[in-house]
Amino acid sequence: MKVFIGIDLGSTTTKAVILDGKANVVGRGITNSRSNYDVASQIARQEAFVQARFKLTRDAISADSELSGVEELFLPLLDRKFRLNHHVEELDRLAIELHNAADGPRHAAYSGSLHELLDEIVGEMRQRAGKHFGALAMRKSEFFRDLAAADYMQLAEEQSDPKGITFETLTGLFDQAILPVENSTSAAALEQLIDEAMDAALEASQVSMAKRVDRLRGAVDAARAEVLDEVATVGTGYGRQRLPFPKEHIRSEILCHGLGAHTMFPETRTVLDIGGQDTKAIQVDDNGIVTSFQRNDRCAAGCGRYLGYIADEMNLGVHELGPLAEKSTCHVKINSTCTVFAGAELRERLSLGQKREDILAGLHRAIILRAMSLLARSGGIEDQFTFTGGVARNPAAVTALHDLVDENYGERTTNISADSIYTGALGAALFAQRGHQEAA
Amino acid sequence: MSNSQTERNGDVQKERSMALQKELVGGHFDALGRAKEEGRKVVYTFVPGNLTELMRSFDLLPVLPEINALQSGMRKLSGGYISEAEKQGHSEDVCTYVKCDIGMLKKGNVGPTGKPIPEPDLLLLSYTGCCTFMKWFELLKQEYEGCPVAMLHVPYQADGQVHSHYRDYIVEQLRSEVIPKLEQVSGQAYDEDKLRSNLTLSAEAEDDLVWVLESAKNVPSPIDAYFGGVYYIGPIFGAFRGTPEGVDYYRTLRSEIEERLANKQGPITPDGELDEERYRLVIEGPPNWTSFREFWKMFYEEGAVVVASSYTKVGGLYDRGFRHDATRPLETLADYCLGCYTNLSLPARVDLLEDYVRDYSADGFMINSVKSCNSFSAGQLLMLRQLEERTGVPGGFIESDLVDPRYFSAANIKNRIESYLQMLEQKRGAAA
Repeated sequence: MKVFIGIDLGSTTTKAVILDGKANVVGRGITNSRSNYDVASQIARQEAFVQARFKLTRDAISADSELSGVEELFLPLLDRKFRLNHHVEELDRLAIELHNAADGPRHAAYSGSLHELLDEIVGEMRQRAGKHFGALAMRKSEFFRDLAAADYMQLAEEQSDPKGITFETLTGLFDQAILPVENSTSAAALEQLIDEAMDAALEASQVSMAKRVDRLRGAVDAARAEVLDEVATVGTGYGRQRLPFPKEHIRSEILCHGLGAHTMFPETRTVLDIGGQDTKAIQVDDNGIVTSFQRNDRCAAGCGRYLGYIADEMNLGVHELGPLAEKSTCHVKINSTCTVFAGAELRERLSLGQKREDILAGLHRAIILRAMSLLARSGGIEDQFTFTGGVARNPAAVTALHDLVDENYGERTTNISADSIYTGALGAALFAQRGHQEAA
Repeated sequence: MSNSQTERNGDVQKERSMALQKELVGGHFDALGRAKEEGRKVVYTFVPGNLTELMRSFDLLPVLPEINALQSGMRKLSGGYISEAEKQGHSEDVCTYVKCDIGMLKKGNVGPTGKPIPEPDLLLLSYTGCCTFMKWFELLKQEYEGCPVAMLHVPYQADGQVHSHYRDYIVEQLRSEVIPKLEQVSGQAYDEDKLRSNLTLSAEAEDDLVWVLESAKNVPSPIDAYFGGVYYIGPIFGAFRGTPEGVDYYRTLRSEIEERLANKQGPITPDGELDEERYRLVIEGPPNWTSFREFWKMFYEEGAVVVASSYTKVGGLYDRGFRHDATRPLETLADYCLGCYTNLSLPARVDLLEDYVRDYSADGFMINSVKSCNSFSAGQLLMLRQLEERTGVPGGFIESDLVDPRYFSAANIKNRIESYLQMLEQKRGAAA
C-alpha cells in the first residue's frame, strides 16, 4: 500500500499523520518534541506506522463478513497488549540506563546498595505496568516519560533516605537515564513488538472465537504482510528546517493548518490554532487555500506553554487545568497574559482567597481574548469556524472561546475535532499526497 | 544564488555607486568632525521636510539624527545607546530612533563612523507628520542649553490635498522664522540665487532617482526598491540634495541600473545577483536596521523582490511628480514638505500603496510594523484590510523594530515571511 506522511514539528509535541493513496488517514503518532527534532519526528512516525498497522488489521477483520464485530473487541485488546509490551521494553532499557548512570564516579560511595535500590524500584515499576494498560485504565499521559516518571518519583520518595541515598540522587539518575531511553527506538523493534502483540491477542481470543479463530488469524496475517510503501513526506512546524527533506517538501504550518482544517470540516472559513508557542488566525477559501493570516510575533504570551507553566505552578498536569477551570462559579478577570507575571498574579489571587478554579477560568479567558485580537486582525470570524491545536483539547479554553465568539460575532458554527492536534500534520500529509498525484 | 560571472559583475556594479555613496557619507561625517575647528556651523534637522538646499545656501552643515540612529543600528551600536537612554529614564515604548540618539549623545556623541558629531548651532525642527519629532527636539533643546530653535510647522494633509493656504503658511514661516534664524546663525544674508542654483541641482538628481525607482516596474525588476532602495535614497534624503555630488551619484546609479535593465539582470543582493524573481512585493513601513542583512536575506533567499515601498518616500514623493522648482524657491520647499510620506493621511497612504500594487504588478504587499514608530504603525492594520479589499492581493504583517535589537525575533519573522510567500504560491497555483 502506498502511503503519504505529514510531520508537524511543534514546539511542544511532534505529530505524524499517514494517509493512503485516497487521502484516508491510516495512522497518527505523537510524541513530545524534546530538544531533538530528528528523534521526535522519527518516534512520531514510528507510532503512526504502528497505528497504520492496527488500522490495516481492523480493516482486514471487518472486510470478512464472518468476523463482523470482532474488530471492536480484538483491536482494543491488540492495542493494550502492544502498549504494555512497549512500556515493559522501555522499562528494560530504563533499567540499563539507570544502572549505567549509577556507575558514574559521583555515586561510587554507594557501591552496590544503589544498584540494589534501583532494581527494587524498576521491579516495582514493572509490577505496576499492567495497571496502566488495563481495559479500564485511565492514563494521565500517553508518553512513556510521564508514566515512568510518575511511578519512579513516587517510589524514589518512598525508598530514599535523607541520610543515605537521597531523593535528589535518585531523581538525578532518572533525568540522566530517561533521555537515551526516549531517544532510541528502532522500527524493527517496534515491528517485533507488534508481531508479539498480535500473537498474544490471537492467543487470548482463542477461546472466545472458537472456530472462527483461524479466519481471524488469516485476516491478521494478511494485515501483517501488507507492505507500507512510503511514497512522499512533507514536513511543517517550527522544527521543519531540521527535516532532511528537500525544500519543496517543507510547507509552512499556516498552509498546513488551513488545509488540514478544511479537510476535517470542509465548510471552514476561519481557523484558530493555539499551539505551544504561537497562535495563528487563518482565513481560508472554499478549497482550503489560505487567503490571509495573522500570528503572534513579538511575544508568545497566552500560547499553550502558558498553560503548561500555570500547571507547573499549581502542581497539576496540564490536562487537569481545563476540567478544574470548568468548575468555576465566579468570574475573575485576569489582565496579564505574560507567562512570567501569571505566576505572581496566581499567587496574589490565591492569597486574597480567590478559588483556584475561578482564577483558572479567568486565565483561560485571558488567553482566548488574545486570540480574539489576532482573529480580528486577520479579518474576523466567518462561518464556519474551526479551532485546532493542543489548546483545543482544553474544555475551559473552548468554553471561553464559545462565549467570546458569541459576544463578538454572534452565532457561528464552531468545529473542534477530537484529533485537532493533528491538523497541521494532516495538512502536510495532504500536500505530500497531492504533490505526488500532480507529479504522476 | 548566481554564477560566478554575474557575481563578479554584481561586485563591480556595487562598487561604483556604493563606493561613491560611501565616500559621500564618510566625507560628510568627516566634515562634521572638523566643523568646529573650521568654524563651520551645524544645523540639526529631520529627514522628512528637510530644507537642505536652504541650509546649504547658508553654507551650513546638516546633521540628521534619524540617519545617525539607523547608521548606529546597522553598525550594531544602537543596543548600547538605547540602554543608555533607558537609564536616563526613557521608557521602553519610546521611539527607538530617539533613544538611540539620546544614548549616543550621552555617550559622547561619537557618530557612526567614529568621528565626533559637533553640537548644534541651530535646531531646525521641520514638523512633518511625525509628532515624535517635536518631543525629540524638546529633549535636544534641554541637552543643548542656549541653542536656538527654529520651528517649521507643516500642516498635515488631512484631506489628501495641498491647499494654497497651506503653502502660504509655510512660506510665511520660512520668511519670518526659519530664514532669519539661519541668517543669524550663519552670519550670512539670505541669497536666493544660491538657493535657486541648489534647487536646480535637486531636480536633476530627483529625475534620476525617480527613473531608478520606477525601473522596478520592469519584470524582472533590476532593483530591490526597499532593501536596495534605502541605499539609493541615502544621499538625497541625507545631506546631498541640491549638491553636485548628489547629482553625480544619481547619474552614476542610473547608468548602472540602465545597464542591468538592458542585460535583464535582477537586483544585486549581499550574496550576489538574484537569479530568479519569484515574487514581486510592495512593502509598507521602515525596515529593521539592526538585522538589516538577515532581514533582506529572508526575502531574496525565496526570490522575493520588493518593487515599491513607502519608506523610500519619507524624504519626498518624487515619483508622484513633485520636483524642486528653482523658479519658485520658497513655494517649492513648502510643497516638498507638504508632500512627504509622513505627512500623508491614512487614506492618501492607502491610495498610494494601491497604485504601487497595480503599477508595479505586485503579487503581494507586506507591512513591517514597528510599534515604537507611531508615525508609521498607527492604522497599519486598517491599511492592510483596505488594500486587500481594493487590490484583491493578499497582505502580510510582520513586527520588528527600527534600531532596538531586542525586537527582532529572526526565527519568527522568517517563519511569517516564508508562510506568506508560500501562501502567494498556493494562491497562484489555485488560480492557474
